[in-house]
Amino acid sequence: MTALLRADGIRKAYGGVQALGGVTVEVAEGTVAGLIGPNGSGKTTLFNVITGYERPDAGRVFLGGTEITNARPGTVFAAGIGRTFQLTRIFARLTVEENMLVAGRRKRGHDRRRARELLEFVGLERHAGLPAGSLSYGQRKLLELGYVLVADPAVVLLDEPAGGVNPTLVTHIADRIRQLNANGTTFLIVEHNMEFVMGLCSTITVLASGEVTASGPPDVIRSDRRVLDAYLGADLEEDPDTDADGPGAPDGGGGDGETGDAADGS
Amino acid sequence: MIGERGAKAGGLVLLVAAAVAFPLAFPDPAVTNYGVFAMIFVTAASAWNVFSGYSGYISLGHAVFFGSGAYAMGIAARDWNITGAAVFELLPLCAAVGAAIAVPFGLIALRVRRHTFIVITIAIFFIFQLMAFNFSFTGGSAGLSSPFLTWQESVYDTRFYYIALACAAGAVALSWLVRRSSFGLRLRAIRDDEDRASGLGVRAMRVKLSAFAASAGLTATIGAVWFYYVNQVQPQTGFDPLFDLTVVLMTFLGGYGTIAGPVLGALLVEPGTLWLNTQPQLAGASEIVLGVVFLVVVLFVPRGIIPTGGEWIRRLR
Amino acid sequence: MVREIYQAVADGILVGGVYALMAVGLTLIFGVLDIINIAQGVLVVLGGYLSYSLSTRAHIDLFAGLLITIPAMFALGVVVHWAFIRRLRGAERTSMTLLVTYAVALIVEGVLYKIYGANNVQLSAPYTTASLHVAGFYLPWIYVYGFLLAVALVAAVYLLLYRSRFGRSVRATMANETAARLVGIDTGRVGALTFGIGVAVTAAGGMVFGATNAFNANSGYDLISRLLAIVILGGLGSIAGALAASVFMITLESVVTIWYPTWAIAVFYAALVGVLVIRPRGFFGRKEVRAQ
Ligand SMILES: Nc1ncnc2c1ncn2[C@@H]1O[C@H](COP(=O)(O)OP(=O)(O)OP(=O)(O)O)[C@@H](O)[C@H]1O
Ligand SMILES: [Mg+2]
Repeated sequence: MTALLRADGIRKAYGGVQALGGVTVEVAEGTVAGLIGPNGSGKTTLFNVITGYERPDAGRVFLGGTEITNARPGTVFAAGIGRTFQLTRIFARLTVEENMLVAGRRKRGHDRRRARELLEFVGLERHAGLPAGSLSYGQRKLLELGYVLVADPAVVLLDEPAGGVNPTLVTHIADRIRQLNANGTTFLIVEHNMEFVMGLCSTITVLASGEVTASGPPDVIRSDRRVLDAYLGADLEEDPDTDADGPGAPDGGGGDGETGDAADGS
Repeated sequence: MIGERGAKAGGLVLLVAAAVAFPLAFPDPAVTNYGVFAMIFVTAASAWNVFSGYSGYISLGHAVFFGSGAYAMGIAARDWNITGAAVFELLPLCAAVGAAIAVPFGLIALRVRRHTFIVITIAIFFIFQLMAFNFSFTGGSAGLSSPFLTWQESVYDTRFYYIALACAAGAVALSWLVRRSSFGLRLRAIRDDEDRASGLGVRAMRVKLSAFAASAGLTATIGAVWFYYVNQVQPQTGFDPLFDLTVVLMTFLGGYGTIAGPVLGALLVEPGTLWLNTQPQLAGASEIVLGVVFLVVVLFVPRGIIPTGGEWIRRLR
Repeated sequence: MVREIYQAVADGILVGGVYALMAVGLTLIFGVLDIINIAQGVLVVLGGYLSYSLSTRAHIDLFAGLLITIPAMFALGVVVHWAFIRRLRGAERTSMTLLVTYAVALIVEGVLYKIYGANNVQLSAPYTTASLHVAGFYLPWIYVYGFLLAVALVAAVYLLLYRSRFGRSVRATMANETAARLVGIDTGRVGALTFGIGVAVTAAGGMVFGATNAFNANSGYDLISRLLAIVILGGLGSIAGALAASVFMITLESVVTIWYPTWAIAVFYAALVGVLVIRPRGFFGRKEVRAQ
């Protein structure tokens, strides 16, 4: 097994806050890998560094044999890494179908056909003509997954694909991931829903306070003492250290159910 | 299903027929004069919308292109001694001047977004106005006047009407082409979330700059036509700060980011303002009226007439 | 020549202080409400006309008249916010607020034109013609008083922001509106009061402007363009930036005027463009962060 994606010794600090303190993560080709850890442990930051949305203070990122450290997001995407965002980022005033075409770079006809196929694949074909802003939160997650797939990325990073999504859709999303993986797409998934992660991933890395505390197959992780202490011991629905979320913010489904802000960045 | 498309096509044919027949139906030059200005602003608002409406970058510096087009026409005709209808062969040159100015302008301004972009466009606008005032080849504060066009008074307005109508048709065609192209799709993706679009491989700067230059070229062309129609240009009329705000108002009134919106907005606002300015009892009050119309639009039809009306029709069905 | 430069710098700093006062209002409004108030320029002119009427009709001293005009302009600001600004939401808010504040500008301008006509006026008082002579320099008293007034008012705004409960709410709203709302700050009220304060300073700015320049209803455009350039250069939402940029820009303009009077204003705008090429967020601007 060779590592298709490798993040090596990544460090990142915001002001005085250390978000990542030398994290190494490898994802083998053709696998579904998981990345878990309490709120604020640096999962999203690692995604941002890998995909070029943030520059690391130290460390390197490789895809296959090539280094992509500090490459711009568009370049990383073209190199074959697609990602979704924790708070989905769809193009709210484009129609669902148009969203599917933003990432396309080949012949128009080819892109359109692929977009249609993928819309059906994620189950949104009935909404093709609607503005994406009118979709529900879970449907937005599916749409974001769909439009990333149009470019046929080798690796897809999903940031909380099941967060704030109703159980039926969660099963649907898990099915689609399995199916894509069977066709050769590699995944790295951040998720708080343990059932989802344990059922889907073949290896899991645990982050806590910007450090890797454990990594291995699901059953090993499940029984690891330190992981239990850091994460699993607590009630999954209510992490012990949620002070980053502000006081009193009710936290429904482990992730954040905030939907409104996705469209205001004009 | 044929209904909607058919209705649209039918409506378009009717509209074109009405536009072509307008000066024949109302031969009074004073009325045609309204028509010419309306068409000039249909062009300008559509051109503005091709960039600002689709990309979300609100430019308040399009008067730079309008004025540059007017001055390019005036200077070329003067220095090369071109008179008569031959001046209209200079229109492509004027378009090129506008687009050429848009490239460095855009490379600077399109690095910033939102409010900062708006203010940068205003700053560049003032620099251009000042250049027109201070250089000698622009005729200073006296400006330029157009060489005598030997058209008879009876056909003068009508001919200009058709020229402006052709420009307006071109502008609408451009909006339509951009709107349905994958280029336009990228432009509108930028409007929704530029960083995400870049992250999906959209070359944002290139896309924005191309749209900016195309919009500028068109604006410069209509600026040149306007110059010939009114026979003169001064720094404060060619580079008029109210130009951009008027165009923004028209576009928002009709429907921002739509094809028909700027057309409808211009057809309502421009004749309206012209008429207001001729009413003696309203002398000096036209600004107040315009301001009130603005407020009404923003508070009651914030998305513009076309999208709001479309929704009403859909709800009626 | 050296003397002239010194004189120009002194003028620049004095006038810059007054611009700083008007710009602070603009940048404060931006910081809290995320809008550009296009009407700021014409409101300065309105402030000037109010002082003009009070001094010519009621023979109230220009500075004493501020006790009336500042509260009046504050009230106007609160009303404009209540009637229009607070209603604007959604994706097109940036352009909508631009349109609304521009509409307000048009209406105010139209009304002023109706009342006062197109002729230029200038405020006069004994101190608008007399000058202070120090070390061979010639500083009109009104510039000196105006500068001192501006310093006092900017200091007052500063204290209000950094030493009061209300100020804490304002700064919290500027930093993150959603979070501020979550911790129980009435951001609507903060917005209204901020808009009021941002407009109120134009009363003082307008008085000093009107005493140092001849103006008419049209003068607002020139003012707003300069003020916008200043607040962008200083970094939108930054008060310190607005102060620094006002003094820098006005001094630059006044020095350039010695050699190239006709190009001075172009240099003013070119400086803005030049700085933004190097630092797209201005001197003190904050990054617009977008988390996750
Ligand atoms: N743009 C930023 N500026 C400042 N601090 C940041 C920024 N982004 C992340 N951080 C900080 O870095 C740390 C890691 O954050 P990150 O978003 O990566 O956590 P996470 O593991 O994704 O958490 P969650 O499960 O809540 O999504 C946190 O302490 C967070 O406050
Ligand atoms: Mg996260």
